[in-house]
Amino acid sequence: MRLSPSFNRSLWVFHFNSGSCNGCDIEIVAALTPRYDPERFGIKLVGSPRHADVLLVTGPVVHDMADRLRRVYAQMPNPKVVMCIGSCGQSGGVFYDSYNLDGPVGDVIPVDIYVPGCAPRPEAIIDGVVKAIVLLESLEEKQ
Amino acid sequence: MIGMITAAVVGCIGITVYGLLFGLVLQGVDRKCAARMQARYGPPLHQPFIDIAKLLCKDNIIPKNAVTSVFNAAPVIALAASITILLYLPIGSIAPVLGGWGDIILVLYLLTVPGLAMVAGGLASGSPYATVGSQREMVTMIAYELPLAIAIIAIAWRLNAAGVVDPFSLATIAQTPVWSVVGIPGIIGMLLLMVAMAWVTPAELSRVPCDTPEAETELCGGILVEYSGKNLALFTLSGAVKTVAMATLAVVLFLPWNLTWFVPLTGAAGIIADLVFFVVKVLLVVFFSVSLIRVGMARFRINHLVTFYWGYITLIGFAGLLLLVLDAVLGMGVVA
Repeated sequence: MRLSPSFNRSLWVFHFNSGSCNGCDIEIVAALTPRYDPERFGIKLVGSPRHADVLLVTGPVVHDMADRLRRVYAQMPNPKVVMCIGSCGQSGGVFYDSYNLDGPVGDVIPVDIYVPGCAPRPEAIIDGVVKAIVLLESLEEKQ
Repeated sequence: MIGMITAAVVGCIGITVYGLLFGLVLQGVDRKCAARMQARYGPPLHQPFIDIAKLLCKDNIIPKNAVTSVFNAAPVIALAASITILLYLPIGSIAPVLGGWGDIILVLYLLTVPGLAMVAGGLASGSPYATVGSQREMVTMIAYELPLAIAIIAIAWRLNAAGVVDPFSLATIAQTPVWSVVGIPGIIGMLLLMVAMAWVTPAELSRVPCDTPEAETELCGGILVEYSGKNLALFTLSGAVKTVAMATLAVVLFLPWNLTWFVPLTGAAGIIADLVFFVVKVLLVVFFSVSLIRVGMARFRINHLVTFYWGYITLIGFAGLLLLVLDAVLGMGVVA
């Protein structure tokens, strides 16, 4: 890992829906609105995993999405951070005993930050990003 | 001879540094202006520098099914071509470094090279999204080249009609503002050409509403979809330098006045005053034809883009060209 202060101040986000009910996705979009303006900290949404530094995963990872999630994770260039948004990604949420789950997210790809909630508020998502930056800074000091 | 070569080399290095730094600053200003217009606070002015520093420390992934040589060469060619354009453009009252070796027609051709390099890189990256993006970029280039050429040719032709020697040289165009040559119809024509040029700039720079080839929402980044790390940083830098080049071209063609023409300043003070005035003009051009249009509009669909540029903008350009011709034929303004 080659972490640097510039990495923390320019996190480009790729959003991946692994079978979510769309609740968390709406909250992620709400967190990117002018009201919260995450571009102040260099955070912006990108369209391709190749450009991304942070992977935002929502949903409990249904069977068909598991392989896609692994591939999108592998397509992202290092160093990278994975954030899991919503209760589904942590435990399966309301879908915990569904026949169709390969998740939760932590079983498919390594997760750095969990943001709980059904759905988490934009403030919670931004707090998650702050926690990610703190984690990156501590890793940077260790290296 | 050796002195000339040394001057050219030093000039080239200086222009490269200037282009990269000023381009990134312009991007920062553009992002800040756009944010303020959307009632946001916006990123710090040096955010583009942070982004480049970050991209340089990330992995540079080359897809398995990409044509590696073309995939890696495209960003370098794009950046080199963008910087080369700057070598032929005057900055304030400083004459172009390679002014004696090329004119505005060469600049017109060089402006297409970064776009073509992006098309080659997109086609070589072996992703269907990038292929669609490349095709769209080619269509966009076909759409905006005609109005751009009309604006440039019309101005050079009017200068020629006024008996100016060497009307295609950028130094000449910068020294003799067309506004002082034309009569009333010519001034209306110049205003129309200015509108056409203001719309060509975002298309040339692939910014909203003409970012159809990159289209984040439907093409996931289009041409750039497979680019990451160092290569993406080079493309970003190429875009930044191209912003400087396009804005400088617009300034040279339409706003060529220098402060020293009105205020008696000599030596270093004059050059610095002209530079500051030039930066203000470039910022104005970037604000109106990049930031304002970008915030005010959504993206064109590719067929709308072609209709818009070939239909409306070309018509506006032709009207401007006709008025300039009329101006010279009727003998208004300066005619040789």
